[in-house]
Formats: sequence, C-alpha cells, structure tokens
Amino acid sequence: MWDELLNMLTMRDSTTRTVMLGVGSLGVACGVVGCLTVLRRRALIADAVAHAALPGVCVSFLVLGERELAPLLLGALVAGLIASGIIAFMRGRTRVKDDALIAVVIGVAFAIGIVLLKSIERAPGGNKSGLDGFIFGKAASMIRQEAVTVAVVSAALVAVVLLLFKVMKLVTFDPAFARSAGLRVGLIDLLIVSMVCVCTVVGLPAVGALMIVALMIIPAVTARSWTDRFSVMLVIAGAVGGAGAIVGTALSASVRTTSGSSLPVGPTIVLTIAALCVLSLTLSPKRGVLAGWLRHRRARRAILAQRARERAGAVEAGVRIGPSPGASGVRR
Amino acid sequence: MSGVATEAGVAVEIHDLTVAYDRKPVLWDVDLTIPSGVLCAVIGPNGAGKSTLIKAALGLLGTLSGRVWFFGKELNAVRRRVGYVPQRESVDWDFPVSVRDVVMMGRAGHTGVFGRARKVDVEAVERAIGLVGLNDLRDRQIGQLSGGQQQRVFLARALAQEADLYFMDEPFAGVDASTERAIVEVLKGLRQQGRTVVAVHHDLQTVSEYFDHAVLLNTRLIGAGAVGEVFTRENLQRTYGPRLTVLEEAGEAMARAREA
Repeated sequence: MWDELLNMLTMRDSTTRTVMLGVGSLGVACGVVGCLTVLRRRALIADAVAHAALPGVCVSFLVLGERELAPLLLGALVAGLIASGIIAFMRGRTRVKDDALIAVVIGVAFAIGIVLLKSIERAPGGNKSGLDGFIFGKAASMIRQEAVTVAVVSAALVAVVLLLFKVMKLVTFDPAFARSAGLRVGLIDLLIVSMVCVCTVVGLPAVGALMIVALMIIPAVTARSWTDRFSVMLVIAGAVGGAGAIVGTALSASVRTTSGSSLPVGPTIVLTIAALCVLSLTLSPKRGVLAGWLRHRRARRAILAQRARERAGAVEAGVRIGPSPGASGVRR
Repeated sequence: MSGVATEAGVAVEIHDLTVAYDRKPVLWDVDLTIPSGVLCAVIGPNGAGKSTLIKAALGLLGTLSGRVWFFGKELNAVRRRVGYVPQRESVDWDFPVSVRDVVMMGRAGHTGVFGRARKVDVEAVERAIGLVGLNDLRDRQIGQLSGGQQQRVFLARALAQEADLYFMDEPFAGVDASTERAIVEVLKGLRQQGRTVVAVHHDLQTVSEYFDHAVLLNTRLIGAGAVGEVFTRENLQRTYGPRLTVLEEAGEAMARAREA
C-alpha cells in the first residue's frame, strides 16, 4: 500500500500524472470559487446545483442518446442553471425561508434524477450507461483529454476570480453598498452562480455530484481559520483544495479495504480535506479551538492572580473585604 | 428629463414616491425637497418608512411610483456625488477584511471596477480613517471592533467616496457617547464644506442640536423643512400619534430647540 501511495504522490507514470493534473486543478478551482459561495452565504445553492446535475445528465442522455462526456455535462450545466434560477425566482416571492426552499429543490431534483437513472439502467443496454458514476465520481478512469479540459476550465475559473477580485470582494461583503455605488450586483451574482455551476459540472466525472459541494465548501472553511485577509483566504483555499484532491486521489487508489477493493475517489478526497479542516479548526493560532481555550485559560489565571493580589493588599491595609464578619472574607 | 429645481440649491427632490410591500404601503405619495448644504434628520416612529425612503431613493428597492432627482439629475448621472452609509446589521462583520480594506471600497467610484489604488486613493482613505479616529485600528479585522468603531468604519468608507450628498441609515444607533460626538463633528465638518447629509435619526432629544433640517415621516410626509419651522408639537403629534411618553420627549426636545 505504501509503495503505491508513494508512487502516486510522486506521479511516476503518465496515467497518474494525467489524473493528478485533472483532480489537482479541479481542487484549486473549487477551493477558490467555494470561498465566494461561503462568504456570500450561498453554500446551499452550490448544493442545489450539484444535486440538479443528476437529472440534468439523465435528461441529456435520454434526449441526445449520447454517452459522450460533453453533451452529458451540458445537460448538467443547464439543469444547474435552472435550479439556481428557480431558487432566485422563488426567493422574494414566497414566505418559505431560504434554507427550506433550497432543501426542497435539492430533494426534488435528486429524486427526479434517481428515478430517471433507474429507468435508464433498466432499459435494454442501459446499465452500461455509466451514469451512476456521476453520483460518486470515477477520477481514476479520467483520460488525458478529460484531464486537460478540466485543467483549462479550472484555470479559466481562477482567472476570472483574479481579474474581478476587487468587485468580488465588494459585492460579497456589502451588496447594498455596491449597488448604491453603481455596481451591477445582480450580474455579479449571476456570474458567481454560473461559476459554481461550471465548477460542479467539471468536477462531476471525477468526484461526483454528492461530493463536489464539500470540495468547494471545506477548503474555504479551512482557509478562513488561518487568515483574516480575503486574498490570503483564496490562496489557502485553493492550496488546500488542490493538495487535498491529489493526496485523496492517491489514497483512494492505494488503500485497499478488507475485501480488496479500492476506496471511492470523491469521498476519499473529501475526507482528506476534512481531516485538514478539523486540524485547522482545532490548531490554528488565531481562530482555532485550542488557541481559544489557551487564551481563555491564560486570561482566567491572570484575573484570579489579580484578585489574589488585591485581596493580599487589602489584608496589609487592614481593610475588611466581604459582606459580613461571618463570610469567607478577610477579617481585621 | 431633469427635475424642476435644477439650481445648485437643491440636493434632493422627490415626487410622488410610493412604496408598498404586498398590500401595505410603507411610503405614500411623498413629495419633498432637501436643500444642499444642510444636515437633515429623517424622523418618525418604527415602520414609518424612514429607511425605505433612503433605499428607494438610491434605487435599492422597487417603488410603485415616484421620481427622485439629485442635484437636478437622475441618480445614474451623479452616482459619484452620492454616498451611502447603511445600517450596521446589513453586513457580516466576520468577513475577512480590515478597516483599511473597507474604507478603500469607498473609492470604487473613483478607481472604477478594474482600477488599481492610486496615490490619491490611498491618501483619501488615510484621511477618512483619520477623520473618524480609527488610525490605530486600520489593519484590524472588522469583526474585532466594537459597535461604535464599526459604525465609524462605515462612515469612513462614505467619507472616502468624497461625495456631495450622503444618505445615512441610523448612523447613531447603538454607538457610545464619544463615538456619537465624533460622528457629529464629522457631519458638521461636511456641512462646512457645503456637502449635504440626510440621516435617519431615532433620538428626538438631539434633533435640534445636531441637525438644521428635518423630514417627519409616518408613511406619509408630515413635514419637511428647517428644524425651527417643522419641529413643532403639532407636527410631532401627527407623526408619532397621541403617545404620551413620546410627546413628553418631544416637549423637552422642543424646549431645547427654543433655547438653542
């Protein structure tokens, strides 16, 4: 197992390099785009888009009859945009709260997807469709062309964020002020949602619909615990996403379960990144749990020491502290 | 099409402004003008439409009817001359930005969307931070500030915009006394420079002390004009209704206005 792990991490053969290029760049893009969603409080919408991808892929298969990747992903993209469009439309027009609304969309979309998937699989020749790979991902079987596509799209996504960095920061932080300053906040929001859709779609073959959201959210959360600066947060999130994706892929290929099969790629990547996240939330100096606990202890000790000094000083001055002679105060 | 009053003297002109959610009107048929170079308070009970007035004027809310002119022009023509200080609750203060970052956002109208920060922008930001007394905190992440300091950050961002007209939504809400004094000094400085401030204000006691102009709202416009003319018992009664404690406060406030 360790040999294989090492082999994968050092990327000795070209198949591995291909796969790592694909998942690595995907991880970076998801980490960066995820920051925008998390800070804009739109993380759940990313979830809806990802779950809508399943019916999108199925409908595309039924309509076009193609098992080629591109038309399937196009279906996923359209479905994602429709789902986010429905959410945006319903938002102002119903009393249902945001989180419940999105949960409904997620449930309905995925249910439609499963129904379609099952009916496709039961049809003659259906269970060779490989569509269920879109639920959990199959990064290890990524071919060179796919990896290059993923890398190019990921690079484009990151480039857009870098180019519009100032606007993203402004709109994400204070959309009302941005609007009053004349910025087209609606357009920027649309752009961010579109980037989430593209990110989801591009990660579908590798990581699957269920895990892609975690790949976007968890690096952002991890990054936030290390820095108070927006720009640094984007960099750390990208790094965590990319590194986690590479290590997770390596682990999934080299670790064998008791029955001898390898671990599924998507969930293993997510678990790797999650481990980093837990470590960060616990250990990070500024905002970590451990640091907070230590600070609290130090402060408590200082306060108790201060109180002890005051009491000692009061004893010397012969002043009585405490409500009555019978209480546990100091007596003259 | 520009408004009727295109002379330099009028900062804001509002005609027939009506805003409603579902069937309930929040603002009804509001007509008013605010001259330039004044500090104008917008007062009224809760739900009277004070915040709505500002948001509707800035195009942040949909309206059923109404036209608004700024210095005789439509908003899009003079955006750079109009600044906005929203309520503190409108923002997530855990966002990873520093005081300086937020104030620099106020320069967006000057640098444009893609522009880099130039020397003149950096100087404007430093000046604004200095005016509100946040020099020592300029690199602090905004969530680590007190409520009063956060309000000052929003104010500094608006000052960095170097606008001629400022809309402020409850700038004195939940701030400590020293911050309140500091903000008043900044506002008076703005007026001295010939700029205009329209601020939603909740404390009747300080209206005549801080402001020279007032707009009284209770879904409809009750009165708009110089504080001395408009801030009367009768108007306050119509604005706040026959609620005793409020009238007592109003009585004290008017007495103070007479003394001033």
